[in-house]
Amino acid sequence: MKQFIAFVRKEFYHVLRDKRTLLILFGMPIAQILIFGFALSNEVKDSQILVVDYARDDASRHIIDRVEASRYFEVCKEAMSHKDILSTFQEGKIKAVLVFPADFNNDLLHNNKAKVQVITDATDINTANMITNYLTAIITDYQNDVNENLSIPYQIIPETRMLYNPQLKGAHGFVPGVMALVLMLVSVMMTAISIVKEKETGTMEILLVSPFKPILVIFAKAFPYLILSLINVSAILFLSVFALELPVKGSLVLLFAESTLFIITCLSLGIFISIKTNSQQIAMLISLMGMLLPTMMFSGFLFPIENMPYPLQVVSNIIPSKWFYIIVKSIMIKGLGIAALWKETVILIGMTMFLLIISLKSFKIRLE
Amino acid sequence: MEAIRVNHITKTYNEGKVKAVDDVSFSVGKGELFGLIGPDGAGKTSIFRMLTTLLLPDKGTATVDGFDVVKDFRQIRNSVGYMPGKFSLYQDLTIEENLNFFATVFDTTVEQNYHLIKDIYVQIEPFKKRRAGKLSGGMKQKLALCCALIHKPTTLFLDEPTTGVDPVSRKEFWEMLRRLKEQGITIMVSTPYMDEASLCDRIALIQGGKILSVDTPDNIVNTYPDRLYAIKANEMYLLLKTLESYPDTSNSYAFGEYAHATFKNNDVSELDNYLSSKGLSGIEIKDIEATIEDSFIRLLH
Amino acid sequence: MAEIEKVIVCEKLTKRFGDFIATNEISFEVKKGEIFGFLGANGAGKTTAMRMLCGLSAPSSGSAAIAGYDIYKEPEQIKRNVGYMSQKFSLYEDLTVMENIRFFGGIYGLTNQQIDSKTKELITTLGLENETKKLVGSLPLGWKQKLSFSVAVLHEPKIVFLDEPTGGVDPVTRRQFWNLIYAAADRGITVFVTTHYMDEAEYCNRISIMVDGKIEVLDTPGNLKKQFNAESMDEVFYQLARSAKRGD
Repeated sequence: MKQFIAFVRKEFYHVLRDKRTLLILFGMPIAQILIFGFALSNEVKDSQILVVDYARDDASRHIIDRVEASRYFEVCKEAMSHKDILSTFQEGKIKAVLVFPADFNNDLLHNNKAKVQVITDATDINTANMITNYLTAIITDYQNDVNENLSIPYQIIPETRMLYNPQLKGAHGFVPGVMALVLMLVSVMMTAISIVKEKETGTMEILLVSPFKPILVIFAKAFPYLILSLINVSAILFLSVFALELPVKGSLVLLFAESTLFIITCLSLGIFISIKTNSQQIAMLISLMGMLLPTMMFSGFLFPIENMPYPLQVVSNIIPSKWFYIIVKSIMIKGLGIAALWKETVILIGMTMFLLIISLKSFKIRLE
Repeated sequence: MEAIRVNHITKTYNEGKVKAVDDVSFSVGKGELFGLIGPDGAGKTSIFRMLTTLLLPDKGTATVDGFDVVKDFRQIRNSVGYMPGKFSLYQDLTIEENLNFFATVFDTTVEQNYHLIKDIYVQIEPFKKRRAGKLSGGMKQKLALCCALIHKPTTLFLDEPTTGVDPVSRKEFWEMLRRLKEQGITIMVSTPYMDEASLCDRIALIQGGKILSVDTPDNIVNTYPDRLYAIKANEMYLLLKTLESYPDTSNSYAFGEYAHATFKNNDVSELDNYLSSKGLSGIEIKDIEATIEDSFIRLLH
Repeated sequence: MAEIEKVIVCEKLTKRFGDFIATNEISFEVKKGEIFGFLGANGAGKTTAMRMLCGLSAPSSGSAAIAGYDIYKEPEQIKRNVGYMSQKFSLYEDLTVMENIRFFGGIYGLTNQQIDSKTKELITTLGLENETKKLVGSLPLGWKQKLSFSVAVLHEPKIVFLDEPTGGVDPVTRRQFWNLIYAAADRGITVFVTTHYMDEAEYCNRISIMVDGKIEVLDTPGNLKKQFNAESMDEVFYQLARSAKRGD
């Protein structure tokens, strides 16, 4: 155990003393989150929206005023017919349409319940989603203000509709996506490189010719990256909650447990690559081409899997990040629990077991 | 009991296409300083790696401290010290951190065996907070030796410890090896420098994966069969060319400021005149004792 | 007798890295066709000095002319007139012998005709007739080094710089290598060589020994041995380098 600790300590020295690794480790997730995050919020600023007000009553007026006052929106035109909506959307200038039904205020007063429709252009999924969120927030605000003086609360129900991409694939997916990417990068590539580096510099030779069990060398090298990856997960979540205001709806404990599982999957993969290669360059290439690229392509993060040709959909099933992506998205955005995610979890566990076993099987206690 | 015993080992690479070690046998006694002398690519590193259990021989057997290098690799790994050819410590760790790390890996502490490395460590101790990557060649080598010694090995394997190191550091290094030998540690060392051969108790000359000769340096030199002459002239290049064309020359080559040569019938009576007639001046011819390098050159021919 | 051409003239050449003076006011001259041994312990400043002389690094102060060209103003001219070979980088291992020769011939601006005739000459001198289509990586180290030297002098430079050209090479090949050096010097190419083999120092016409960034001694091997009352260059070197204060 003393040996193991000494090893882990040494590993941290390596990481902390290598400025470039540090930058990749911690700079990259932060940069990615911020780039994605701000690219989005810039988009949303001063978005032109169309208001279709069939009600023309006090309630609808108030809400429209609030929307107009918000720095995110510019109410440009008040069209009256459904036909106008479609044609303005097609012009491409309008990002969203807010529709109040004719008896909006009436419904509120008599039924304590009214509907308002939010239609967005979902070709740009992320923006559409942001806008929906902001508009809903404004409406909810109004509702809360009105309810302060009422014994029976009013309920305004925004009905959101996405035009052109109604299922909203990939929306808000970038935080889970970045998480999968970063963990892949840190756990697969960094681990593989750091083990192969020992082979390259010849220190592996000395370690092999020592009483230290070779397999422990591998575990001792992987362990620090587990810690570093968990720090990264925390950093990403922190940024997404506080900088991007994207809360974690589900259980944080479950999210960390699933992340740890995925990190172990990645570490096993990193170990496997390091066993099979002898140079840092090749380890890096394999990690990049073999792991990062599929993660980007097949996890559903950038390209919806449903739109892919069938053979590629099949291929996507063997990419661990696809399952992790589904899990994180479900926990963070949908707030689902383990009951809904057991299938994906079991698949990830299976993959991890498989990778660990082939890594251990192919591990060599000599140089060849 | 012998410390190292090698029986007809052969090692090939690329599915047998490259023969790195070809039917090599030798043994090293306990407490001996044994040198494996030969150029790059002679097979020295392969032999070291087989003895340190890092590679498996294709054929043959070998033992270290009586343990078989294949079956008993764990015992061997516990008891030997190994310094690979390349500087193999962590460049981004300090001297102190490297030493402590290797001590822990070998399940010991620096204090426990400090007496073994004291002589060497005091020379680099003033720089103990410096990272290994920032050390000079000589200092790196001393640190590597400390790390290889820290667990009190019975046998020390040093693969080309002095390659690329300047003559002063090389000399100091060999003095350290001498002192370690006095403490009873068996040392097997390889080097491409012929002049270091005379510092070993016994040496094996190796080339192309084959051992040319195993003996004490003195015996190797004494059994040199021909009379060897050292010849000097003011015009070195012309001298070398002229010696080559001299009909009685059996072998000639440059050797420092002299040319060394052996002749058929060991007759040099006519040589002086011949050289003068070819325009050489300042001619000096003397009968000399062969060196290890002369023996090696003869064996290669 | 006409005055012998001086191909390297350096005057108080200095290179500083911050506070550290790697090369401290070195001055010396090397004549055409001379074999000049440039010795020193690791870290004495040899590599830095050699880089400046090849035009690869600008000096902090001092002056030098290589093959008649100023190292500050005409580094390009210098590069055209020198050859360089080191133990570390020599040839492309994944190209064949022939491809390497053609490539470096092209780099040095030889015409196709010149490359053809030079290649033929080189292959015969080295006895590589059967190896022209082999990858350089598959040749024994000694052959590689001989080939890489021959390639470094392919364009008949005025000076060739050799940085530890014979490290790890067997004694016989080492001597064959030196025969190539002698032959080049005989053709008028100045050879500037560093080595850790002290017997090779004896093969040089003159040698300098650097200690802590300065040239401590510069003379013929014979004179140096007399001066230090030493049997061999090894001893001379040891006496000098022992006093060195810094490592690399």
